[in-house]
Amino acid sequence: MAQPLVKKDDDRDDEAEYSPFLGIEKGAVLQEARVFNDPQLDARRCSQVITKLLYLLNQGETFTKRYWIEENGLFDDKGALSPSADEVIIVTSSLMKDMNSKTDMYRANAIRVLCRITDDGTLLTQIERYLKQAIVDDKNPVVASAALVSGIHLLQTNPEIVKRWSNEVQEAVQSRAALVQFHALALLHQIRQNDRLAVSKLVTSLTRGTVRSPLAQCVLIRYTSQVIRESSMNNQTGDRPFYDYLEGCLRHKSEMVIFEAARAITELNGVTSRELTPAITVLQLFLSSSKPVLRFAAVRTLNKVAMTHPMAVTNCNIDMESLISDQNRSIATLAITTLLKTGNESSVDRLMKQITNFMSDIADEFKIVVVDAIRSLCLKFPLKYRSLMNFLSNILREEGGFDYKKAIVDSIVILIRDIPDAKESGLLHLCEFIEDCEFTYLSTQILHFLGNEGPKTSDPSKYIRYIYNRVILENATVRASAVSTLAKFGAMVDSLKPRIFVLLRRCLFDIDDEVRDRATLYLSMLGGDGAIVETDKDVKDFLFGSLDVPLVNLETSLKNYVQEPSEEPFDIDSVPKEVKSQPLVEKKAPGKKPTGLGAAPAAPTSTVDAYEKLISSIPEFSDFGKLFKSSAPVELTEAETEYAVNVVKHIFDGHVVFQYNCTNTIPEQLLENVSVIVDASDAEEFSEVSSKPLRSLPYDSPGQTFVAFEKPDGVPAVGKFSNMLKFVVKEVDPTTGEAEEDGVEDEYQLEDLEVVAADYMVKLGVSNFRNAWESIGPDFERVDEYGLGPRESLAEAVSAVISLLGMQPCEGTEVVPTNSRSHTCLLSGVFMGSAKVLVRLSFGIDGPKEVAMKLSVRSEDESVSDAIHDIVASG
Amino acid sequence: MAWSFYWNNHDTCPTIKSILVLDSEGKRIAVKYYSDDWPTNSAKSAFEKSVFTKTQKTNARSEAEIAMFDNNIVVYKFIQDLHFFVTGGDDENEIIMATVLQGFVDAVSLLLRNNVDKMEALENLDLILLCLDEIVDGGMVLETDGSIIAGKVSSHSMDDASPLAEQTISQALATAREHLTRSLLR
Repeated sequence: MAQPLVKKDDDRDDEAEYSPFLGIEKGAVLQEARVFNDPQLDARRCSQVITKLLYLLNQGETFTKRYWIEENGLFDDKGALSPSADEVIIVTSSLMKDMNSKTDMYRANAIRVLCRITDDGTLLTQIERYLKQAIVDDKNPVVASAALVSGIHLLQTNPEIVKRWSNEVQEAVQSRAALVQFHALALLHQIRQNDRLAVSKLVTSLTRGTVRSPLAQCVLIRYTSQVIRESSMNNQTGDRPFYDYLEGCLRHKSEMVIFEAARAITELNGVTSRELTPAITVLQLFLSSSKPVLRFAAVRTLNKVAMTHPMAVTNCNIDMESLISDQNRSIATLAITTLLKTGNESSVDRLMKQITNFMSDIADEFKIVVVDAIRSLCLKFPLKYRSLMNFLSNILREEGGFDYKKAIVDSIVILIRDIPDAKESGLLHLCEFIEDCEFTYLSTQILHFLGNEGPKTSDPSKYIRYIYNRVILENATVRASAVSTLAKFGAMVDSLKPRIFVLLRRCLFDIDDEVRDRATLYLSMLGGDGAIVETDKDVKDFLFGSLDVPLVNLETSLKNYVQEPSEEPFDIDSVPKEVKSQPLVEKKAPGKKPTGLGAAPAAPTSTVDAYEKLISSIPEFSDFGKLFKSSAPVELTEAETEYAVNVVKHIFDGHVVFQYNCTNTIPEQLLENVSVIVDASDAEEFSEVSSKPLRSLPYDSPGQTFVAFEKPDGVPAVGKFSNMLKFVVKEVDPTTGEAEEDGVEDEYQLEDLEVVAADYMVKLGVSNFRNAWESIGPDFERVDEYGLGPRESLAEAVSAVISLLGMQPCEGTEVVPTNSRSHTCLLSGVFMGSAKVLVRLSFGIDGPKEVAMKLSVRSEDESVSDAIHDIVASG
Repeated sequence: MAWSFYWNNHDTCPTIKSILVLDSEGKRIAVKYYSDDWPTNSAKSAFEKSVFTKTQKTNARSEAEIAMFDNNIVVYKFIQDLHFFVTGGDDENEIIMATVLQGFVDAVSLLLRNNVDKMEALENLDLILLCLDEIVDGGMVLETDGSIIAGKVSSHSMDDASPLAEQTISQALATAREHLTRSLLR
């Protein structure tokens, strides 16, 4: 902010506090700014005043346009500060003069300013000729760069104009000036970014040509990774023709390029260990650099690699261990968490010792990262739970903020849940923690958890003391949850009942009404007024059962109920049970990188879990058994149509469920009774068993409707289904948001949907194909040869077969080197009925693009091996 | 202004989010934001405060240091009582940011004739501000070579010092006006 408003003369005696801007004041500077009106302009004076103005601006002062105009008539005939239309013309004309100046800097700056203050296309069109000239101005790189960078900004507001400069920009890409090439490349890429083919051509030509500046090389690496990513998204084979280029960049002389290339390689989709090795090697060199920035960059990247390829990083372990004592705590934390990910069982104890020393002098945010890493380590090596649990309980006792403590408690809870042996000691650690816990939220969470887990332990009585201490010592919120926890022990452990009743009765005199109410309720439910009886199932359900309605829905219903008070009591059965929001189908942005120091990689299993939960929560489908596979969403509508629908195919042993995710994109409509009419006449083996319509589909709030089919058990039946969306449409008044009473029935044709053989296959990679192949044995090996007919290329044939089978390519064998005449591809997966399948494909191309293929299948089940051949034979 | 939203659209270009020069108490000397992540002056001040407190205890004098928090990467270097920072998003190439920082520090050292301290910086604030404008434009790296940046900046100030008769009024005002306009429009 501005300095205090004490006016002081620039007093040089006051050395310590001296600042040329001391005592500067907005009003005074504005007064001074009158020099701009002086008929005899004093340039030096003006520039001093301008510096003062800039100082104020930089300190966060704001100036309004009114100020300028009224106070001073500033810049009178030469300038204006806010580009209102007629002022722009004045500024422009003077800047235009500068654009023809002989001095490069004037021209460059005039271009930058002009482009910045213009918002409308007409002015741009006037100066377009200058800009185009400037771009190809080979003698003055400053001017060319200014025009190109301005082009990058203008692309956001006036794309159609900038796109006309393609030829000039293309020429500038060949410029000999290093930075011009960089700026031209950035602009050209942005002009063409939606044209995949053009970007791919650009990358192809430049990776072979000369790129002069390290910055340009870095962006080229990024564009190359983008091309690689998109090509593998298209054909599933992850064709990687540009890998050689990336690897070559690892030998570049500039560190930023080396690092950019190494990072790009580690982030390749399904990167193989062979591809990773050279990148890891250069990063390892960075680890022992004297520059903190290099060490940080390397350890951060290796940390990410360790999440997916821990084995590849183990070579760097020695360098990592020395980084634990790094001055820079970010580097040390990243090193530790990497080690925790790559460490083996025997090194755990040693690591824990090192970390204990380290924990005391880092900030909470780093500690949280370490705690998360320790939790995953413990889940990986359950046998080591003792030392890890001890570590967690020790740090739990030390000082720390809420987030840190919560991370520790969460970790202990997860360990208790997943490692049965750790339960008793973990619960005791938590009990000790709540004896001295300043966070109400954590206390109540732990009490709740204790109530669920404690009664199931060998000696539940030892927890009672800790719980009842809460009733005596804590605030009302904690007391109330302690009462609930006591009641849970009472309900589950009959031997403890009499003692629990005594404790609960004491709570009847609590000063807080919630505590008293809970005590009263539980006493009467558990029969505390007399005989000791076996606890009712209903009571247990009440105590332990979770609500069977989504909390969001309950919240809305309760709000509505409170808004319209009525005589009727609130009925929990009236709360809708459908899940309205739909986090499952969120599109994952491709190439989105994890954020934060310890961001976890996206877990593919969680979607399956979520789907499984969703399906089993629907009564009609609950007896279908275990969900084998859910496909990725298949779009059934074009982009930007009235209704957006995609479908997820859920495969069960004897059933298939289609989950239609529908979104209504018309604000003026409310859809009700939404269902999909499926015609399965082209799918003989399927017969519809049930469907679940969607009650209502308001604007922009996605909903799901389901249709279930029966199919022969364990048979990979295939077929084609045509779909029709059926619904009642009601007009919505856009101002009030109310829907009209009457609706009209309507239908909407969707695209067809196919169930294919690949739907019955789950991709599952193996790290060492040869070992897996040997261990599965030749018992059920089936070998046959097929002619695939004329194909565009070998790569195309390989990718077609891979997508037909829907299996995971192993060891990077999906990549076909260019111009090769033969290729072997290794695939692995799990077929319906959880039979492991390995496939070895040998391709050969011959004469006029005729492709022949030898298919060897090994699996744990004879019929599966045959089924794979059937798929290929009929595909 | 609309066009400064641009980095949401292309994550493929190296992008600098801000360059900060603070004094040894964390007060602003000169700052420049190229991102809309900090829309208000108070958001900017809060960011500067957290950058300053999280880095002040480290020793970033001989080599540039680095820190990461709240999805920002901060590369920084301290000279005398001045703290120089370059910040970017958490998926930015750290080494590019370090190169920008080095270029900036080199240019400032050249322009201040190696007397890099707070007083010298304030007395030559115009040079520092021009430096910020010549190194990065709207997040795009313009130049990373310290001597070239310093050269560009001093070509401005040389004109300022030359006699009035030798330049047109428009020329004399052009550079200053341009920088003023640009700052006002952010």
